[in-house]
Amino acid sequence: MTAPVLSVRNLVKRYGTNTVLDGVDLDVREHEVVALIGSSGSGKSTLLRCVNLLEELDDGQVLLDGVDVSDPRVDADVARRGMGIVFQAFNLFPHMTVLDNITLAPRVVHGVARGDAERTALELLDRVGLADRAGSYPDRLSGGQQQRVAIARALAYSPRLLLLDEITSALDPELVGEVLALVRELAAQGRTILMATHEMGFARQVADRVCFLDGGRLVESGPPGQVLGEPVHERTRQFLRRIIEAGRL
Amino acid sequence: MTVSDLQRERLAYKRFRSRRSTVVALLSTLVFAAVGYATVTGAPGWPRVRESFFNVDVAWRALPAVLEGLWLNLRVLLVCGVLILVLALGVAALRTLRGPVWFPVRALATAYVDLFRGMPLIITLYLVGFGLPSLRLTGVPNDYVVLGGAALVLTYTAYVAEVFRAGIESVHPSQVAAARSLGLGPRRTLRLVVLPQAVRRVLPALLNDFVALQKDCGLISVLGAVDAVRAAQIEQARSFNFTPYVLAGLLFVLLAVPSARFADAMARRAERREGRR
Repeated sequence: MTAPVLSVRNLVKRYGTNTVLDGVDLDVREHEVVALIGSSGSGKSTLLRCVNLLEELDDGQVLLDGVDVSDPRVDADVARRGMGIVFQAFNLFPHMTVLDNITLAPRVVHGVARGDAERTALELLDRVGLADRAGSYPDRLSGGQQQRVAIARALAYSPRLLLLDEITSALDPELVGEVLALVRELAAQGRTILMATHEMGFARQVADRVCFLDGGRLVESGPPGQVLGEPVHERTRQFLRRIIEAGRL
Repeated sequence: MTVSDLQRERLAYKRFRSRRSTVVALLSTLVFAAVGYATVTGAPGWPRVRESFFNVDVAWRALPAVLEGLWLNLRVLLVCGVLILVLALGVAALRTLRGPVWFPVRALATAYVDLFRGMPLIITLYLVGFGLPSLRLTGVPNDYVVLGGAALVLTYTAYVAEVFRAGIESVHPSQVAAARSLGLGPRRTLRLVVLPQAVRRVLPALLNDFVALQKDCGLISVLGAVDAVRAAQIEQARSFNFTPYVLAGLLFVLLAVPSARFADAMARRAERREGRR
C-alpha cells in the first residue's frame, strides 16, 4: 500500500506555555477529503499552518508522500510546492491583478513560461467562474469572488494536497454557497483536501472523514454520518449541541 | 513536557546549525576586517594620511573646544527638534483640512512645504542668516545661532510635516467613520484616534529625520556660530592638521547611535503591545 499523501505524527505546537496542539495523529489518503471541526481555539488552523510549515513544530512529524518535511534539514520552500493553502481572509496580493496573483507561483517558483502560466490561470478562472475578472485588482471583487481567486491561486501549480482554512468564515452568508460549490466540485474531481470548517452541513456532504479537535487533541474521527450523527465522545456531543443551538446545522 | 527523541535530535541539529552560523559570521568578519585594514594601511599615502587625519595628539588637544561646540549643537538640536515636531504637526493638520473655506490655508501650507522642501538647506541658511538681519526690522535677532536654528526649523518642518501627513492618510477611513459614529468631532477624531495611529506608523521615518537633523545642526557653522564643526575648523587652521574634523565627525556619529537604538526599541515596543509577532 502506498503512503498517505499527508501523515501527521504526534504533532505538538506551543505558544509560550499555551499548548495549542497536544500530540495530533492524522492521515489523509489520496483523493480523500478530510474535514477538521471544533470550536475556535481548538487548533484547527494551527494544524493546517503546521502542515504547511508556516509554524515551527515543537514536536512530531509532518510527512508528505512519506517524506518527513518537518525535518530541519528539509527545505520548507521545496516541501510547500506540493501543497496549496487557502486562508480565511483570502490573503490575495492587493498590488497584483487577479491573473498575476494566480500566475505568480507557477512563474517564479515553478519556472513556467508566462504564456503557459497565463493559459492555465485563465482555464482555472473559467472553472471558478471569473474568467472576465482576470485583469481586475482583488479589492474590486466581492469576498466570494476573492476567495474563488484564492482557490485558483492555490490550484495553479497542481498541488498534491489542498489545505482550506475556514475559507467561508469571512464571507457574507449569500456568498458562502458559491465557494462551497467550488470545493464540492474539487472534491468530486478527486482532489486530496484537508479543510478546517464551521459548515457542518457541508462537511457532512463533502467530507469522507470528519475529525473533531478539542483542546489540541484529536478527540474523534470517522465518517461524517457517525461523528456528526452519533458521536461517541461527550465533548463532541456538547460541541454539536452548541452548534445546533446556534442554528448552524 | 516530554520531548520525543526525534525532537531532541532536531533541537540538537538546530543548535549545531546556529553555532556553525556564529562561527561563520565571526570568521567572515575577521577576514573582512583584516582585508580592510591591510588595504588602507598598505596604501602608499597611508603614513601621510595617518599623520594629518588620525593624529592622536592633535585630537586630544582639539577635544575640549570641539566638545564645547558639540554642546551648542546639542542644545540647538533639542530646541529645534521640539519646535519642528509641534510646527510640522500643525502644518500636516492644516493640509488635511477639508472644505472650500480652508482653501487659502491649505494652499499656503502646500506652498510652504513645496518651497522649503525643495530649497537646499545651505541656501535657506544663507537667506535667513544673512538676509533677514539685513532688513533691520526691529525684533529680528542677529544671533547666528538663533538664525541658523530658525533656518533648520523652516526646512525640517516642511519635511516632517509630509511625514506626518503620510501617516495621517495611511490610517484607514473606517477608523474615522468609527470615531465619528461615536459622536467625536473632526478635531477630536484627529487627536484621539487618527494621530496616535499615524504617529506610531511614521515613528521610524521621524527618527530618521531626527538623525539627519542632528548632522545638519553642524551646518549652522556656515553662519559663523562656533559649533563642533566650526571649532574643528579653528583647530585645523591652528595646527594645519585635519584630525579635528575627523574627531568632530566621530562625535556626531556617537551622537546618532543612541537615536538609532532608541528608534529600534520604540518600534519593537509598539509591535509587542499591539500583538504583532
